[in-house]
Amino acid sequence: MANHSASQPAHVQHHFVDSDQQFDSAKLGMWVFLVNEILFFGGLFCAYIIFRVWYPELFTQAALELNKVWGGVNTIVLIGSSLTVAMAIRSAQRNELKGLRINLMITIALAFVFLVIKYFEYEHKLHLGIAPGSFWNPTPEVLAVLDHPKANIFFSIYYVMTGIHGLHVIIGIGLMIWLYIRAGKGHFSSEYYTPVEITGLYWHLVDLIWIFLFPLLYLIE
Amino acid sequence: MAVAETKKMTTLQVQRFIPSENPTNTYLTDEKGVWAWMTTVDHKKIGLMYLASVAFFFALAGFLAIALRTELWTPAKTFIEADTYNQLFTLHGAMMVFFVLIPSIPAALGNFIMPMQLGAKDVAFPRLNLASFYIYVIGAVFTFISLYMNGFDTGWTFYTPYSSDSNSAGVIWVTLGVFILGFSSILTGTNFITTIHKLRAPGITWGRLPLNIWALYATSIIQVLATPVLAITILLLSLENIMDIGIFDPALGGDPVLYQHFFWFYSHPAVYIMIVPGFGIISEVITTFSKKTIFGYWAIALSSLAIAFIGFLVWGHHMFTSGQSAVATTVFSFLTFLVGIPTGIKILNWIATLYRGSIEMKTPMLYVFIFLFLFSIGGFTGIMLGALSVDIHLHDTYYVVAHFHYVMMGGTLIALLAGLHYWWPKMTGKMYNETLGKISAVLIFIGFNMTFLPQFVMGAQGMPRRYYNYIDQFQPFHQTSTIGSYILGFAFLLMLYYLLKSLFSGEKAPSNPWNSRGLEWQSTSPPDFHNFDHTPVVINHPYDYHKPMEEFQLGIAISHNGHSDEHQDEIVSDETEKA
Repeated sequence: MANHSASQPAHVQHHFVDSDQQFDSAKLGMWVFLVNEILFFGGLFCAYIIFRVWYPELFTQAALELNKVWGGVNTIVLIGSSLTVAMAIRSAQRNELKGLRINLMITIALAFVFLVIKYFEYEHKLHLGIAPGSFWNPTPEVLAVLDHPKANIFFSIYYVMTGIHGLHVIIGIGLMIWLYIRAGKGHFSSEYYTPVEITGLYWHLVDLIWIFLFPLLYLIE
Repeated sequence: MAVAETKKMTTLQVQRFIPSENPTNTYLTDEKGVWAWMTTVDHKKIGLMYLASVAFFFALAGFLAIALRTELWTPAKTFIEADTYNQLFTLHGAMMVFFVLIPSIPAALGNFIMPMQLGAKDVAFPRLNLASFYIYVIGAVFTFISLYMNGFDTGWTFYTPYSSDSNSAGVIWVTLGVFILGFSSILTGTNFITTIHKLRAPGITWGRLPLNIWALYATSIIQVLATPVLAITILLLSLENIMDIGIFDPALGGDPVLYQHFFWFYSHPAVYIMIVPGFGIISEVITTFSKKTIFGYWAIALSSLAIAFIGFLVWGHHMFTSGQSAVATTVFSFLTFLVGIPTGIKILNWIATLYRGSIEMKTPMLYVFIFLFLFSIGGFTGIMLGALSVDIHLHDTYYVVAHFHYVMMGGTLIALLAGLHYWWPKMTGKMYNETLGKISAVLIFIGFNMTFLPQFVMGAQGMPRRYYNYIDQFQPFHQTSTIGSYILGFAFLLMLYYLLKSLFSGEKAPSNPWNSRGLEWQSTSPPDFHNFDHTPVVINHPYDYHKPMEEFQLGIAISHNGHSDEHQDEIVSDETEKA
């Protein structure tokens, strides 16, 4: 009987028996990695809960400093990008390489929009002296509204949570640019689109974490 | 005829297979040169590189331990200053935990052995495996940089507020180092879980998984679930040092006990990251040298998972005196006792495996007995420390120091040595000197007990841990302990000597020197680059010692058959010839 490994397509790495096994492994590996990510953010959410229980009035006061409108826009932008990344996977499954590239491009663009809005939010706050930790130096107008001795802690949590999330968005953009280039070289087809699939999984998690961050930080009353 | 139960009558033709005794093409000869080693994706070479790094850090941290013990020869200053002493014990603890114990068994021995026991060619993500090694190296570099930044003397636990107040530069570098190191551990765990799920050779069902694999699986789950929490904790601690974010620092409104909760939420399960893979090795070695089927396969396999699960619920027992609520303390104390159950199940099953076995006292088996003895003491004293009123008296004394050395060194390290000696012929293709092996094992046993037994006594009498000075009444205990540490040091040097000697002038190892039934022994010594010539087909249970060896030899599939689930039914062996 023929040696099976000789008849494998080029994308199957030497230590896998077949394409299915490679695909399943990559997918499982990514799911396990996402569990990691959830626990990583889990520590931050835990810190958030504890400080919120201790200083409930601080959290409701401080949340007023955050801009609900732009936060809401960013939520819609990210949910939209989750849709387009899912459509990119769909295109790959259907072997529509042009659709794959267009959908990746839209996803990258939406991720950039998210970061630009986030940048202006940060910029505005830093301008008011609402900075993390030792850089905390708010203007008198801010202090008039936000009169709490531990106010810096809320913003430390805010900056760490959104900062780490932003870092994940940047990594996601890098991954999708890499996918876009590879798609341009014709590396993907309905036979092989593993990297698109697992990057999509990652991107959904980044989106999901924002869906928790937005109400917890912006919408508390 | 070895015919497995038939589910569907698709017969797979299987041929018996005997590995060559004089392999010409092995993983060691396949690619040569330093560059080929540094860029290899072969799990065996990565395992060896980990092993060398772990040995290096063990020597370094062990040397520090001997320096510390020498300082404690007299109550006052013997030869180093108090501040240096504080830095040295911190460095000893941090290195032993993060650079030796955590990667030792999974990343070094596990990397080498796991794919072979699964009949796979490699781990699921070989490049990620190499990356995790380099991440480990980068973490080590950060730690060394911190030493140039005046070091750190916080204890390996980096408790706030001390770690946020004292020498920041050193603490920032070492905590970032530990942060980076965590990723190495996470990637290894992710890789192992995927490999165990997806890359098992045909015929290896979950019920035929070697117990070492079950242990590594439980370990990987802990690595994946606990390490990210350490990562975020350490990151917050670094940010606390860099820009005073006020999460942990009480002066800024933060909570130092929250740091302890976060830290131990990782670091207690981390204790099981260290010890559970050791259990796996013991299970393998004890059956091989008892020539008897393992007693209670499922009990041992599932108790590993039980330990992993309960291990997540007991972190508060490190904080009985830190001001956590009385209710929490009581619950944590009770849960701590529960860990004793699965651990006891394992010990009893190992003892039952020995019963009426044909025990062969080779060096690895000697280490198993040392393990059973020392680890049991470590475990029992752990139960005592978990009892609330006893802990109030004993916490932060040498009793605790002795307890965790009995668990970590008497447990993990001794298991590592058992595994190292057991798999040495497979890894290197050479036999070590059995007599010197036994002498060094006995010396380690004597030296270890001499070092740490007196510490139980003086701890119970009130000698606090981490102290530079002590009152005169403790001097005989300290001196006995110091002499013991010298014996230990000598025994390890002896081991280094005969292991290195075996590499250059050791006898050539046969493919299966211990007559083991394990899959990894059915390949050549040292193995082929792809571990096996063909994808092996596993017909028997890994501990079927009641079957004769020739009955047991592996099948190799004459044709391909898939690993995927829909093909599982086809694995019905019907050998055509006996080799």
